[in-house]
Amino acid sequence: MTATKYIGKSIKRVEDKRFITGKANYTDDIVLPGMTYGAFVRSPYANAKVKKVDISKAKVMPGVIAIYTGADVAAVNGVPCGWQVNFKNGATMKEPKHPLLVADRTKHVGDPVAFVIAESRAEAKDAAEAVTVDFEKLSCVTDPAEAVKPGAPLVHDDVPNNICFDWELGNPKSEVDAAMSKASHVTTLEFTNQRLVPNAMEPRSYIGSYDPINDKYTLYTSTQNPHLIRLLMCAFVLGLPEHKVRVVGPDVGGGFGSKIYHYTEEALVTWCSNKIGRPIKWTAERTESFLLDAHGRDHRTKAEMGFDKDGKIVALRVKTHANLGAYLSTFASCVPTYLHGTLLQGLYTTPKINVDVTGVFTHTNAVDAYRGAGRPEATYILERLLDLGALEMGKDPAELRQMNFIPPFDGVKQPGYQTQVALQYDSGNYEGVLKKGLEAFNYKDFRKRQKEAAKSGKILGVGISTYIEACGIAPSAVVGSLGARAGLYEVGQVRVQPTGKVSVYTGSHSHGQGHETTFSQLVADRLGIAMEDVEIIHGDSESVAFGMGTYGSRSLAVGGSAIVKSIDKIIEKGKKIAAHKLEASADDIDFADGRFTIKGTSKSLGFGDIALTAYVPHVYPKDLEPGLDFSSFYDPANFTYPFGCHIAEVEIDTETGKVTLRRFVAVDDVGTVINPMIVEGQIHGGVAQGVGQALFEGTIYDEEGNLTNPSFMDYCMPRADDLPMFETGSQVTPCPHNPIGAKGAGEAGCIGSTPAVVNAVIDALWSAGKKVKDIHMPLTPERVWSALQ
Amino acid sequence: MKINVKVNGTAHSHDVEPRTLLVHYLRDTLRLTGTHVGCDTSGCGACTIHLDGKAVKSCTLLAVQADGCEVTTIEGLATNGNLHPLQEGFHQEHGLQCGFCTPGMIMTAADLLKHNPKPSEAEIRHALEGNICRCTGYHNIVKSIQYASEKM
Repeated sequence: MTATKYIGKSIKRVEDKRFITGKANYTDDIVLPGMTYGAFVRSPYANAKVKKVDISKAKVMPGVIAIYTGADVAAVNGVPCGWQVNFKNGATMKEPKHPLLVADRTKHVGDPVAFVIAESRAEAKDAAEAVTVDFEKLSCVTDPAEAVKPGAPLVHDDVPNNICFDWELGNPKSEVDAAMSKASHVTTLEFTNQRLVPNAMEPRSYIGSYDPINDKYTLYTSTQNPHLIRLLMCAFVLGLPEHKVRVVGPDVGGGFGSKIYHYTEEALVTWCSNKIGRPIKWTAERTESFLLDAHGRDHRTKAEMGFDKDGKIVALRVKTHANLGAYLSTFASCVPTYLHGTLLQGLYTTPKINVDVTGVFTHTNAVDAYRGAGRPEATYILERLLDLGALEMGKDPAELRQMNFIPPFDGVKQPGYQTQVALQYDSGNYEGVLKKGLEAFNYKDFRKRQKEAAKSGKILGVGISTYIEACGIAPSAVVGSLGARAGLYEVGQVRVQPTGKVSVYTGSHSHGQGHETTFSQLVADRLGIAMEDVEIIHGDSESVAFGMGTYGSRSLAVGGSAIVKSIDKIIEKGKKIAAHKLEASADDIDFADGRFTIKGTSKSLGFGDIALTAYVPHVYPKDLEPGLDFSSFYDPANFTYPFGCHIAEVEIDTETGKVTLRRFVAVDDVGTVINPMIVEGQIHGGVAQGVGQALFEGTIYDEEGNLTNPSFMDYCMPRADDLPMFETGSQVTPCPHNPIGAKGAGEAGCIGSTPAVVNAVIDALWSAGKKVKDIHMPLTPERVWSALQ
Repeated sequence: MKINVKVNGTAHSHDVEPRTLLVHYLRDTLRLTGTHVGCDTSGCGACTIHLDGKAVKSCTLLAVQADGCEVTTIEGLATNGNLHPLQEGFHQEHGLQCGFCTPGMIMTAADLLKHNPKPSEAEIRHALEGNICRCTGYHNIVKSIQYASEKM
């Protein structure tokens, strides 16, 4: 048995030094010889005919090299969508072209009409301002529930009623209706899960470069998945030979989903670099990030949960209009469907579930996966309904959950749990995290504290959320059958150097997750070597053979498992080499703690000896290739299903309506943990984003389709003094179907936290005699104050 | 316009366009790319540096306003190869994930600790109100600053 030196320990991050000394290398930090700069001319209108674009004045301005308009790229394909969802009648979803530059009609504010390339950033911006566009402004629609009504302005002339798809999942509606009609209590919520801006702190940045001698392109991009960008851009947009395109995702300053997608600007700088024969950099200004980074959420939902007289859930019915924006982003179609509807079983034994989703185009920016992606929306539905149901029925929300939980199962001795909405959960102990959460929070004393606080005029509230998510995305065959147009495996190459040092090439991409540390811990322990002897390389299509990137909490569960597969091959080959040198049978060789040993003897060889022998094969098995270097593709057998219990305590200022988050307890079960410090950090960040949705964040589009809060001055991001220290706890229920046992931790915090906070505010209001069912998120002081009146 | 600026102890003299922001002068002319641009409204704090010993947002100043001043950026914080206690604190307490806000956070915190060596948690959180982090939820940033405060 290999001793664990690193796994499970909070090892400090090995990648920190370059970030804390200012030596990191983000895309905008890169300057290539002869580099030029790009700036866009963008539509100020949500829906407008482009009648004339006049570049005559701009093109003679100082430093201007070239200006491209929609007409110039008319023959270039648009950026594709990576997931096909079908209508209920089997028809394929509507996929209008998403062009690199608009030639005829802009479809949301910020839609690009021209791209100006100049010697400097300032000259490009000056010239972009000098481009004049004759727009004919048309009426627009921004709300998905309005957009499907007859007579609403059309985003695409060939998409009737703006409906991209209509879709349902679960039990037949008739069965759910029948079960619902027999319920002794039905809790109903109609609400908006508001649109959010991901706001990774590094704005998107791209450099396109073309080398005419070797006919080779390089794209530096702030992406979460360089290989995926290369595949989409080469095969679907520009028609370039993939082996002639290198894509590099260097240090990337946060993603949260927003840097998964293939954006038009990436393809445009690459295309233009060939035309002008020089590299082009474009970096988004924050306003452009607000307007154009794919947004998250934006559902209009009616949800009903039926209970029997004891409180057992008998049925769940959900109808959602999902706003997709004006164009289909890379994964836009799967977020409100297969990443949302499939999670509506939650942790509960609900026997009848039907979810009906209409995906709708509007004159707004594209909506796609944002941290959690569909799963926060599903969790919000379930957890709000449960807490509200408890209030309405006069039951305790913790007890109501407990009586509805799926009983514990480990996925080995007990089978996985088959839901009504297509998934099979891998392993779970839901009552375990609830119990731990309640204890950590000291829940049993809360009502007493609440009453005492009320005596001194303070309104306190508690909110619970017990969530589950599907991540470790994803088994290729399963997602393929559901419409994914790509495989979702991962690639891990482990190259043992002749001296026994190890280079690991992973298709996962770190943009804050700390892969260089976590993966080093994993590799070092498995090979019984020092962490310092392991180097993790990622983010460059030229050095890493292939990869699918980082999103959906998949890096360790899928990317880590690919690395483990390669390590297993190395150990197996190492045993053959050791057996030959030790004159034994390979079956008789054990590998542990970095040594190959003949079973039951003290005869052994170290990992370094075997590495050297593999590359200097003088005494070597005849039928074995030299070298110790393996690459593996790992395609998971199932999704992974982390879960947890989040509990929030809030206080409402009765005079202002301001909500203060006093405490936040998060007990998460993310399977086997390699580095608890990093996992806790992921939970902290996720919780902050989830609290942000509950209390602070949300886009505001006016009736003209303008995003009226496109800056940090107007869009309220959670700041340090808005949040408490978080109280985290953990439980470990290993994933039974991957070799690490890990489930994933990236999205958990963001999925569980939002309903916990909103539930706490509703609880506080009920305790003060204000029996409101819902307040629109974000729960601003004004909205909460109004509810108190 | 000609400016003379001392940056991280080194004197520089450059001709700059009057509209050049200090952050662009540092990043583009001096190639000190540790100072980041995260927004265009002075809202995020990723560009925070020290100008004559005070934390300022270098996207809010023109380069010409730094004429005759001393600037310290994240690259100049370590002394004689030793990390500043805040740099050490951010490493020890996992105060960074993607690292993009980190230089600004550290420069802001350095200013805080200079004026208030033993800040309370509330004082730390208040001091960070001009700096946005999207990764950490601030929990470990607060701990990192507390770590440095203990060490200094």
